[in-house]
Amino acid sequence: MRWLPALFAIMRREALRFVHQRERFISALVRPLVWLLVFAAGFRAALGLSITPPYQTYITYEIYIVPGLCGMVMLFNGMQSSLSLVYDREMGSMRLLLTSPLPRWWLLTCKLTGSTVISILQVYAFLAIAAAFGITMPTVGYVAVLPALMLAGLMLGALGLALSSFIKQLENFAGVMNFVIFPMFFLSSALYPLWKMAESSRLLHNICAFNPFTHAVELIRFALYGQFNFAALAWVLIATAVFGALALWGYDPARGLIRKRA
Amino acid sequence: MIADGVTTAALEVRNLSFSYGPKRALADVNFAVPSGFTALLGPNGAGKSTLFALLTRLFTSADGTITIAGHDLSRQPRHALAEMGVVFQQSTLDLDLTVQQNLLYFAALHGLSGRDAAQRAETALARLNMAERAGEKVRNLNGGHRRRTEIARALLHDPQVLLLDEPTVGLDAAARAAITQHVHDLAHDGMTVLWATHLSDEIQDDDHLLILHQGQLLRDGNVSKLRGKTPLSNYFLTLTGPKP
Repeated sequence: MRWLPALFAIMRREALRFVHQRERFISALVRPLVWLLVFAAGFRAALGLSITPPYQTYITYEIYIVPGLCGMVMLFNGMQSSLSLVYDREMGSMRLLLTSPLPRWWLLTCKLTGSTVISILQVYAFLAIAAAFGITMPTVGYVAVLPALMLAGLMLGALGLALSSFIKQLENFAGVMNFVIFPMFFLSSALYPLWKMAESSRLLHNICAFNPFTHAVELIRFALYGQFNFAALAWVLIATAVFGALALWGYDPARGLIRKRA
Repeated sequence: MIADGVTTAALEVRNLSFSYGPKRALADVNFAVPSGFTALLGPNGAGKSTLFALLTRLFTSADGTITIAGHDLSRQPRHALAEMGVVFQQSTLDLDLTVQQNLLYFAALHGLSGRDAAQRAETALARLNMAERAGEKVRNLNGGHRRRTEIARALLHDPQVLLLDEPTVGLDAAARAAITQHVHDLAHDGMTVLWATHLSDEIQDDDHLLILHQGQLLRDGNVSKLRGKTPLSNYFLTLTGPKP
């Protein structure tokens, strides 16, 4: 049994699905751009940012939130992929995947890789538009960020996979938005640096520091400046392993919750 | 009336039980499917879909064994699944892809690609008289043609066993008769077919019959021998209908 055809076929299907849903691509781009061009413009006056690594000089708020918005693109994409899995399950087409004679972990990995590649393309499209508005990163950053984006995409994709095995119905997806996406995004370093959060609440700061999304954003932030953040990398790897294990458990035919709904 | 199992059967189920919490869906089911057409007949809620979910490993049961082409489904799931073609009750086609693209996607999930996959897709479609529709989007096909596409797809990897779970649901009478005949023809060519249904008119006299009711296998044998002179629909109703 050859394994690679499945990888290419699943990636191709993800890509086709994405191309078919042009609104999804546009909304994936518009969302972070609204934050960048409207929200950040309003906030730059309110938020003074001092010099913290990886920045070597005072920066504007627009510059600060670019990595967070890259993370946002990936977070939404990971959840979108989860949504499509729940949809597939409701429509029955997931059975095709689950009855393939390939190992289930490999099929889930293929799915994860497909959605991560789509996420990365969206992030680069976002970075290109940001650059067109004059918000640029060092050239080396655009290359160095690629592995960081891959890891962040895998982590958030694995979270999406795990969630998809636990969400009972499509209607429950709004709950995921409220209880996963928003807290993950707002309780992170995407919009404000952690030290700023610590000034207002120690508890919130600790939650932010625990949130794996914070570390995905920091990994991207440092990589965009050609730097390496070891702690963030470790967090992201651990979180990916945990989410991946949860997804495998959820999709296990003997133990997982899938049995009630397959 | 339960026949002795044939050990050489391509599909064999032994002592299979399954419960949804406290509700028992299958109780100690035993049967062997010989080559040819076997109908799994049962009213709605008899446990057919649960049995199919177990046969296709969508979920597993700790009680009992399922053997497909000599492979134990719980011990060698991948070998067993590779020998199985499945048509689910609910369509599993991607409506936005063409017939051919749907088949190639499935081929890839079975490790097939390139010219080999394309060749197999062509052969499978020709077998179901669907060759000229290869380039059409599934969304534009009628129910009967969608079903044929799914059957062609299920045959792509040359499985030994073909499982179909109420494949004629939602089809008009003509399409239903055509699909039923097609699959009977496949079975006459030597394929092992398990066809779940609640409609007795889809079953022919020389078929093998399993009657499932309330999670229990009531009958296992040749249709004409089982029913004698009673029409099959009456025979089925007497077994599974409300008791007077």
